Amino acid sequence: MEHPFWRILLVFLPLSFLTVGGGQSIVSDVHRQAVEVQGWMSDARFLELFALSRLTPGPGALLSPMVAFEAMGPWGALLAALAIFTPSSFLVWGLAGLWRRTHGAAWQKAVERGLAPVAAGMILAAGATLLRVAEGGWLAWAVAAASTVLLMTTRASPFLLLPAGALIFWVALA
Amino acid sequence: MTTERADAPPPGLMQIFLAFSKVGLTSFGGGLSGWMMREFVGNRRWLTEGEFLDGLSLCQALPGVNVVNLSIWIGYRLRGGRGALAGALGMVVPALILALGVVALAGEAVRGPAAHWMLAGVAAAALGLSIQMGLRAAWRAARRGVAPAAIVAATFVALFALRLPLIWVVLVMAPLGIAQAAWAMSRRGGG
Repeated sequence: MEHPFWRILLVFLPLSFLTVGGGQSIVSDVHRQAVEVQGWMSDARFLELFALSRLTPGPGALLSPMVAFEAMGPWGALLAALAIFTPSSFLVWGLAGLWRRTHGAAWQKAVERGLAPVAAGMILAAGATLLRVAEGGWLAWAVAAASTVLLMTTRASPFLLLPAGALIFWVALA
Repeated sequence: MTTERADAPPPGLMQIFLAFSKVGLTSFGGGLSGWMMREFVGNRRWLTEGEFLDGLSLCQALPGVNVVNLSIWIGYRLRGGRGALAGALGMVVPALILALGVVALAGEAVRGPAAHWMLAGVAAAALGLSIQMGLRAAWRAARRGVAPAAIVAATFVALFALRLPLIWVVLVMAPLGIAQAAWAMSRRGGG
């Protein structure tokens, strides 16, 4: 029987290289792995962790170690953090010098522009995947829609929207 | 762009670590790169806006968590390899400890239905954050033409409707996206 920590590496190591355009983009795959493939937790618990990762400061990608903590405790979390942050870090470190020397080269723009639509599709898929499993039925859709519209049309702060969502759910459902 | 920086010597490793910790622990609800620019370009004047934006474009083009990549880039500019390590650790470690502490405590606290529903409400509102970010990015891509819009749509369908593993989707869509962007740029005569 393989050591369970191999699972952590197998899940999170590839995600280090697959994160394009911010930590949001991999959330749909973290969900797929944690709930469907590995069976570490239920949809409901994953959503709670997602909510906690939004409420706590720091990179949104900390969701991954939080999920690993739930699955395998502190050492699992540490391993997941190393797996998700280290490989891509070495890539940036290695390329930082090259990037300066070839500043503004055409290939850089092509990479940047070419990855943007892929990242957009990934982020939208993350939102839709979690909406599909969100608890609270129509209310979850309504709150998500209202928060989307407010963020797109006003200068509403996420500081206020997240507690507002909690309050609405508490009044309506608890 | 001219490089106008304060003549002060570059900050020490501990200073770098603490400065990144501060940003990591005080930034809520995403938009971290905006906070970093305010702190390091505006307040501390450790690098110019041009240098910062240069690094941001690198970090957006490379895989990895953007804000961690950006911490490495800024730390590297300030103090070489050790600066990069201090920056990345400062950004990740304190926030990681806090996040795990919250999960450990919340494991007990959310057994009650009230806390559980409040977190579900936070999740719903937070989904709005993801969705608006995705919509803005999709809109920017779609304005460039039909092909980028098709790449957004294909990526979305493959992940959401077909539930394909991310690794295969990225291995196919990323080269396609880059090739399309390169082709579009060469057709317009570079640029």
